[in-house]
Amino acid sequence: MKRSLVNASIVAAGLFSLSTQAADIEVSVTNLTHGNHFTPLLIAAHTSDNHLFHVGEMATPALQKMAEGGDIADLNTAVTGANGVTSANPAMGLLTAGASVNAVMLETGENTHLSIVAMVLPTNDAFIGLDSWKIPTEAGTYTVYVNAYDAGTEANDEIINGGGMSGVAGIPAAPGGDGGSNGTGVMDGADNMYVHTHPGVLGDTDPVGGASDLDSRIHRWLNPVAKVVVTVK
Amino acid sequence: MKTTDIKLKPSLLALVIATTLLSGCGDDVVVPEPTPPVVVMQTFTVTVTNLTANQLMSPVVLASHSADAMLWQAGETASLAIEKMAEGGDTADIAALEVITSSVNGTGMLMPGMSETLTLTLAEADVANISLATMLVNTNDAFTGINSVNIAGMAVDMPTMMHYMAYDAGTEANTEAKGSMPGPADGGEGFNTARDDVDFVHIHPGVISQYDGLTDSVLMPSHRFDNPVLAVTIMRTE
Repeated sequence: MKRSLVNASIVAAGLFSLSTQAADIEVSVTNLTHGNHFTPLLIAAHTSDNHLFHVGEMATPALQKMAEGGDIADLNTAVTGANGVTSANPAMGLLTAGASVNAVMLETGENTHLSIVAMVLPTNDAFIGLDSWKIPTEAGTYTVYVNAYDAGTEANDEIINGGGMSGVAGIPAAPGGDGGSNGTGVMDGADNMYVHTHPGVLGDTDPVGGASDLDSRIHRWLNPVAKVVVTVK
Repeated sequence: MKTTDIKLKPSLLALVIATTLLSGCGDDVVVPEPTPPVVVMQTFTVTVTNLTANQLMSPVVLASHSADAMLWQAGETASLAIEKMAEGGDTADIAALEVITSSVNGTGMLMPGMSETLTLTLAEADVANISLATMLVNTNDAFTGINSVNIAGMAVDMPTMMHYMAYDAGTEANTEAKGSMPGPADGGEGFNTARDDVDFVHIHPGVISQYDGLTDSVLMPSHRFDNPVLAVTIMRTE
């Protein structure tokens, strides 16, 4: 997890691409959960034929890296490589529950659509996802509520073991220091390998055992999990 | 005296006739009666439907206010008025807020699956934003409602429909424990001044219930809910 965060902050150095025909937008993101963190956000403006993820399709390796370990570097490279503009890690690290990152400026240029992703921690592979939302052309302030998706790349065993690399089972960390240990694992044999609406976490109330290392009183959520406010200048 | 009277009357009569004739001659001569200012009223109906399985909603408060006022803000600390409503269903403090120009209350508990229509009549100059708030009473501090929606410029008989989610006031821990919730599932305490939770408004994580591992909970699986929890139809009727 640590390495993912470092990677993301290095990427953050190359935040904005400039365009002479810029349509400026200002983005804010609020974490609406009770007790989950968001890993570094990727806010991306791109053309209508680009997507960071597709519901009902298998996650790309770049999406998997973000959803399982919070690493947005590959997604960011993919967007900028297709002439999109991004703000990578505008909150400079984790966005805690109830916190907001405000006034993230994007000069969208020819890019007409907005996507936002970040991993939800602590989970196995949950992420917040705004998928290719058409940026209004009329100046004004627009509010969009964002749901949590399951990347479908890792079983939701709810065991906190530091596993943040793609393909490695387990949850990287509970940044709030409120995770448990010695969980036996939540296993029900489900095998939906496509990106889908996250069913939510189970958790339990036993910090040193039980099935889950998550706390059902802290780590559960209902959608929406994020509020996005876009101001078109 | 009498002769004087007789003399005066015809002259008065003549004056009256003259005035009447003059007023008939043209508008430019007579100052028109000042017309009393007409206050144009607009009437709105707000129909709310409780979409939950088994969460009664406390009597709603529907309030109008200026466009820049918000009753709550996700991520921010709840006001005392919101805390009282979210923990105990008491909306009196919300109605008494200085920003509120007008408010109406629901007639009683809004039962699961039931709808209620409230009517708000406002002077045209006061038509700006409305808010509505109600507690999910079989919870510690869950609430829902409308948070500052603009109704100015609505056309008559053109309804708009919206759905709303459940918020957690963040002012009381979601223990679901006996004695902590005012609704019929518990019959416990409503508002108290203690703030023993995260102390910011957020989307409610849902109730767990005693059947899903929260051993101290007095709530049943049917008390769980998912979003949206409230359907709202706003219509200007005149």
